[in-house]
Amino acid sequence: MAAGFGGFVADTAASGELVVQPRMGFGDVATMRTGLLATKRARAATAGTITVDSYTRVGDLDSAAAALASGAALNGYPLVSHGVAANRGLLHGVRDATFPVQVRHGSANPGKIFEALLDAGLDATEGGPISYCLPYSRIPLNQAVDHWARGCELLATRGQAAGNEPHLETFGGCVLGQLCPPSQLVALSVLEGLFFQAYGLRDISLSYAQQTSPEQDIEAVLALRALAGEFLAGVRWHVVVYAYMGVYPETRRGAASLLAAAAELAVRTGAERLIVKTEAESQRIPTIEENVAALELAGTAARATRPVTPPPSRTDSQVYAEARRLVEATLELHPDVGRALLRAFKLGYLDIPYCVHPDNRGAARSHIDGDGALRWADVGALPLDGLVERRRSRPVGSAELLDALHYVQRRHDGQG
Amino acid sequence: MTHRLPDPNPSPQKGRPRALVSGVASDSHTWNLVFLQLVCEEEGLDVVNLGPCVPDELLVTECVDQRPDLVVISTVNGHGYREGLRVVPKLRARPELADVPIVIGGRLGVTGRREDGLAGELTAAGCDRVFDRGPEDIEEFRTLAAAVAWTADDASARASVQFG
Repeated sequence: MAAGFGGFVADTAASGELVVQPRMGFGDVATMRTGLLATKRARAATAGTITVDSYTRVGDLDSAAAALASGAALNGYPLVSHGVAANRGLLHGVRDATFPVQVRHGSANPGKIFEALLDAGLDATEGGPISYCLPYSRIPLNQAVDHWARGCELLATRGQAAGNEPHLETFGGCVLGQLCPPSQLVALSVLEGLFFQAYGLRDISLSYAQQTSPEQDIEAVLALRALAGEFLAGVRWHVVVYAYMGVYPETRRGAASLLAAAAELAVRTGAERLIVKTEAESQRIPTIEENVAALELAGTAARATRPVTPPPSRTDSQVYAEARRLVEATLELHPDVGRALLRAFKLGYLDIPYCVHPDNRGAARSHIDGDGALRWADVGALPLDGLVERRRSRPVGSAELLDALHYVQRRHDGQG
Repeated sequence: MTHRLPDPNPSPQKGRPRALVSGVASDSHTWNLVFLQLVCEEEGLDVVNLGPCVPDELLVTECVDQRPDLVVISTVNGHGYREGLRVVPKLRARPELADVPIVIGGRLGVTGRREDGLAGELTAAGCDRVFDRGPEDIEEFRTLAAAVAWTADDASARASVQFG
């Protein structure tokens, strides 16, 4: 088990397979266990997921416990409330060297969740001080940075003391799910990876969420790989692609084609792991069967895609140039990456379009260009002079916003 | 039923009529709130957007402080019926908020089906409307926002004639 989550992914990638993984969480132990076992048995190279419910995510443990007591449906697994014995029982005979399990949670203050997963014998999770604060929480960014610094130290020291190599994945490649230009997604993923490294992690994955243009997405993942190689020395890392995290297609065919495109993106760019979405995504929390179907569909699509060996690296793209500028401009602000991130958001050197958190400047705006690529409509104070034309955007109306939010859904559902 | 008392400390109505748009405590989704802000603005309302993950107490305090003409609660993470039933009575318990229209909408349950019993409970708890059918609800919401803007504007116009 010392190889851990990252070791499993590296070994699977070396054997030419893409690791596929669901987003999956159920309130009761028995259903969660059934879901993990079904993931393990799916005909694909799978890793397991425990997605935590959103009461636990925001630290409202009373509501999580009350929901458990009353039998009310939860949208995930209340990892802290179930307690260590139940959690160990959940994983007994499920998690092993062939099937690592990761906890996914969305918390800006992850300490209790990290303690609970370590108590359960787990050591793989995800998130980040930016990506689980600005779009996901209302606590001030400086508090989230402190919480995540302590969280990383806890995960690193306790995990390593137990003889494991704990694994942490950035969520920075997904902020707000849609309409953030890929260069900033890449930059945030690299910066959160550097933050994890600074607080003791040695095994990291860098995320990138599929956006509006397959060509631009390839540029983005290749830029992410190139920048990780340049900036993340001394850690083991891999890249994880998220199937589209915005408004999902409603038809079975549309959902399948979008997921297959995500699998192709992963294989063509040398990404080692893919988090899938299901055909139920646009409607509700998916069932176990729908998750298994999505895992198998993604695995099949990945095998049908011609792998590129060795993984390509491209540093001559627009996405690479912008992402590199954002990373460098941020790191120049302070030797401590956490302080540098805080200053970058204060100055608007990083600025997530449409994010309403008070610590996000909110001056930058994005749009979907005529070729389907996601670009800057207004760079605000982003340090992209010479790379992006500086212009002021006109205000976007509700119909236009809705149109942009549904662009990918429409394309894959066959309505233009 | 909430006892309706006269407001001891009415806030002055400044500028255009106003909507307060908010997520609920456990829900991190933002796009629904950004979209509803734009719809409200287009129908003539100024908007205070509290963003996602708003704890109950903050929502109550902001509503009491801001005195909006419409409270819009939107959530899509599947806990909406449950959280709505928790927070709406807290809003209605405040005499200052006894009469303000409160609406809730989005994807309120985890099953994807409308749950009529829970929707009825939300109405009984003080929600003026429960928008839980899906995208077809948007036009009705837009009409409601326009009506609130028109009525509130009209009321302040009358007030200025009477007292100005």
